[in-house]
Amino acid sequence: MEENITNLLHQKITSSDVVLFMKGTPDLPQCGFSSQVVQILNYLGIEFSTVNVLDDDKIRSGIKEYTNWPTIPQLYVKSEFIGGADIIKEMFEENELKQFFIDQGIKTN
Amino acid sequence: MSMKESELENLILRALPDAMIEIKDLAGDDNHYSLVVRSKSFREKTRLEQHQLVYKALEKKMGTKLHALQIKTISI
Repeated sequence: MEENITNLLHQKITSSDVVLFMKGTPDLPQCGFSSQVVQILNYLGIEFSTVNVLDDDKIRSGIKEYTNWPTIPQLYVKSEFIGGADIIKEMFEENELKQFFIDQGIKTN
Repeated sequence: MSMKESELENLILRALPDAMIEIKDLAGDDNHYSLVVRSKSFREKTRLEQHQLVYKALEKKMGTKLHALQIKTISI
């Protein structure tokens, strides 16, 4: 992977505590899986920033390689990859997700 | 993009021979599946690592040959 893409991804991942790589925007998700994760984060009252991978093909393919994860969305918390839609949904359904954010020192509602 | 249910099953079984697999074709188009995999290979692995094993089994076909896949992994 090109070094400038790696740097750009690193910059985005570290830009805030909770970063969601998604298709579309929180107000207008372009994919059901991305939409589900946005809804869960909103439900828990998590403050998060997003990167719309549809805006830039280099980011879209780059993040898959960077994370070694073939699908979007991808959730990063404190620069660590937490999972895609299935994992986030499962953590939420098992009542683990809120506690996870609390353990990370991230404000929930 | 599309992948037959049997191909999906074979890819998983090649990588995880003990796997018990349930597949649902969610849209009836060979392209949106729900997959439940039970395997001993998942023991003592995090959910993330378990899903990585499934993706690895798909040999880069996720996103190139198959559009959407819901994954649930269960350690046995």
